[in-house]
Amino acid sequence: MDHPFAITLDTGTSLANHTGSWRTSRPVYVDRLPPCNHACPAGENIQAWLSHAEAGEYEAAWRVLTQDNPMPAVMGRVCYHPCETACNRAQIDEAVGINSVERFLGDEAIKQGWKFSPLETESGKRVLVVGAGPSGLSAAYHLRRLGHEVEIFEAGPLAGGMMRFGIPKYRLPRDVLDAEIARILDLGVTLNLNVKVVNILETMIMRGFHAAFLAVGAHIAKRAYIPAGEAAKILDAIAVLRSMEGEAKPLLGRRVVVYGGGNTALDVARTAKRLGATDAIIVYRRTRDRMPAHDFELEEALEEGVMMKWLSTIKRMDDGVITVEKMVLDATGFPQPTGEFETLEADSLVLALGQDVDLSLLNGVPELNIKDGVVQVGANLMTGYPGIFAGGDMVPAERTVTVAVGHGKKAARHIDAWLRGGAYEPAPRHEIAAFDQLNAWYYADAPKTVRPMLEMARRRATFEEVTQGLDETNALYEARRCLSCGNCFECDNCYGVCPDNAVIKLGPGNRFKFDYDFCKGCGVCAQECPCGAIMMVPEAI
Amino acid sequence: MTDVSTTSAVTQKLRFYQKGTFTVGNRLVSERERSVQASIDRSNALTCGHRACQGCGEALGARYAIDAAMRATGGKLIAVNATGCLEVFTTPYPETSWQVAWVHSLFGNAAAVATGVAAAMRVKGRGDVRAIAQGGDGGTTDIGFGCLSGMFERNDDVLYICYDNEAYMNTGVQRSSATPPAARTATTPAIGSEPGNVFGTGKSVPKIAMAHGIPYVATASVADLHDLERKVTKAMGIRGARYIHVHVPCPLGWGSAAHDTIRLARLAVESGLFPVFEAEHGHLTASRKIRRKVPVTEYLQPQKRFAHLFSSEHGPQQVAKLQAVADRNIVEFHLLDQEGDV
Repeated sequence: MDHPFAITLDTGTSLANHTGSWRTSRPVYVDRLPPCNHACPAGENIQAWLSHAEAGEYEAAWRVLTQDNPMPAVMGRVCYHPCETACNRAQIDEAVGINSVERFLGDEAIKQGWKFSPLETESGKRVLVVGAGPSGLSAAYHLRRLGHEVEIFEAGPLAGGMMRFGIPKYRLPRDVLDAEIARILDLGVTLNLNVKVVNILETMIMRGFHAAFLAVGAHIAKRAYIPAGEAAKILDAIAVLRSMEGEAKPLLGRRVVVYGGGNTALDVARTAKRLGATDAIIVYRRTRDRMPAHDFELEEALEEGVMMKWLSTIKRMDDGVITVEKMVLDATGFPQPTGEFETLEADSLVLALGQDVDLSLLNGVPELNIKDGVVQVGANLMTGYPGIFAGGDMVPAERTVTVAVGHGKKAARHIDAWLRGGAYEPAPRHEIAAFDQLNAWYYADAPKTVRPMLEMARRRATFEEVTQGLDETNALYEARRCLSCGNCFECDNCYGVCPDNAVIKLGPGNRFKFDYDFCKGCGVCAQECPCGAIMMVPEAI
Repeated sequence: MTDVSTTSAVTQKLRFYQKGTFTVGNRLVSERERSVQASIDRSNALTCGHRACQGCGEALGARYAIDAAMRATGGKLIAVNATGCLEVFTTPYPETSWQVAWVHSLFGNAAAVATGVAAAMRVKGRGDVRAIAQGGDGGTTDIGFGCLSGMFERNDDVLYICYDNEAYMNTGVQRSSATPPAARTATTPAIGSEPGNVFGTGKSVPKIAMAHGIPYVATASVADLHDLERKVTKAMGIRGARYIHVHVPCPLGWGSAAHDTIRLARLAVESGLFPVFEAEHGHLTASRKIRRKVPVTEYLQPQKRFAHLFSSEHGPQQVAKLQAVADRNIVEFHLLDQEGDV
């Protein structure tokens, strides 16, 4: 330095002063588990695919999504979206419309003809999947992608299970279902229809399968004893919904009474309306708040003119007349009879009281544990018999399409590990990103986009889809409402707000790193990180 | 509730990007639309190794402002610094953390020296090289006030930036004419019937600058980077005397947590205690609207210099007077979209 004394200094000279030594706690970048991902029964990496979607990279988003769930167009219609219930954005304005973006991506994939990428290596192992419902299809998809040869045996005439024979068309158009099933089969999955497996062990040995995934669902309707006269017409909900797929539509008459309080009861009542019933009345023994059906579905049913008879049980049915008894809830919330009766006129009565599993294919399989009519499985979804796994409605779990799809994925991973002689170890979970770890200031106000609904006259008279999709503009808007809870989205806040210039920007996709030579540990970055992806950790002193 | 409220054209443009509207950067927009601070090749005019306290608002404000000015002038910039924290912590002999042509002379003469720099550049035929003077509130509102007023009145081609941390922090937190009423400092102890700094008549240097009728006056906050950068950029596009007054929290002097620096700056703006506005030729032209209005207590409570407001018997009365100051600002500077909309 040949400058005059104390007059001129060189730039960069302060870099000799390593202020990092002042630090008593250091910031570290963390990844936390977004509540949506945590809540997803299908284990989708929702935040990751939303992140692609918000950049307009729809195909990339769809590819990330389908790593976990092969049926986004179905999901975007029938999933009860626990992700949205968990979404932190609800505490700012409203939850992100994850389900509607998922549907947009699923529909876009069908429109654009996106296919799953072909797999790379064959394992040489053969896996039998029994049942082509959501769980079986999901397992087949994942097993195939893991390199195994997969054959599905389905007792019914078409694939889809409850997605086809339980969920009405106005909620899930069949062309959407067909397209997503076809794409799974295109991976090289063999589907055998109208084949009922009567003895699983025999089938496995005869056909040379190394493992099996059972997903036969639950479609034996539960019955209740209801004294009935000669001419009384009593049907079960599953048979009614199944016959909607055939040529001969069910003859329910003009006044239809449905007995039960689940989503299936609503589906039948709404179907009856569309078939021309003037009255569709649901009789349920408890109250609205205790109804197992989802409230938004009840709301839609009420809008369409379905009527509700709360706190009532059906005592008997004679020709055209149903006798109901009024109930009261006792202190434990259980309905108790009152001895007061009234009558309802009805041409038919449909029982929607739940379903049981047909477990006959398991006859002769040793070491099985069957309890409450369902097969008990371990954490790896394997039954007591090595190599036989089970999932979906036939194991103890919530009976939804999404749970079933999740079981399919989970079982596939465990079957794969089992076939390779190991055990599947899921990656350790990060801590959940809670709302109070976010800095909500940085998110602009942006109310949720509401999906358009079909006009009422057509909802009452046709089986056209009730809930419409988003277009590209509002799907993009909706995706951009994501807060990216717990995971860096490269907003540059830490890089910008550091008073010590001690955050190094690594460029697009590479996030940032701290320069601990100069970081004084003030914690401004952690405080101002919108998504809670920086944690302050005490230094060892 | 009203939405994005800054006057910034860029911020307005970012409205659609729900999680990039208020953040420093946004991966969804082009580099050009992002802030200077989001850029991987920002000049870092004030770089690492400086000796400011943890969480220093002034270090942050100075880098924000000078980086923006560097981009606006293509690096043809000379900065003159008054004595104060900013000078002391950046340039302890033989080190400096400035990466800009930088001059320090005395406590009170930054405006005059900058005037000289601008004049020198002009006579050398280098009118493209621009001059900035910068200092703290002590060097600006008290000690350098005469020189500053002269620079305004002559309409010299200088942008003067005051980083206001509301007291003489470098020398041990003594009161300045920018210290808010009721604040405890080393020279205004929290004792007696009116603890802390007096409720005087106040001294708003931005309003005094406006009274000189100079081309551009603005206030800004380290809590709103987009707004601050836009104002510096705008100021560098104007010839003549310009003044920007930036609110910069001081964890040491205010007795606040180091990590709360930006949060406090934000609460000062959102409560109305620090109005953010701009004026041209003596007239108020725009103000940054409050986005989520908060009572002054939210801003005061995290600061130890105001702790006595929440423990002494005179506290409630003083808080009410401070709330009245904020309420007057809201009316005077039109800080709410609709008056009374909370």
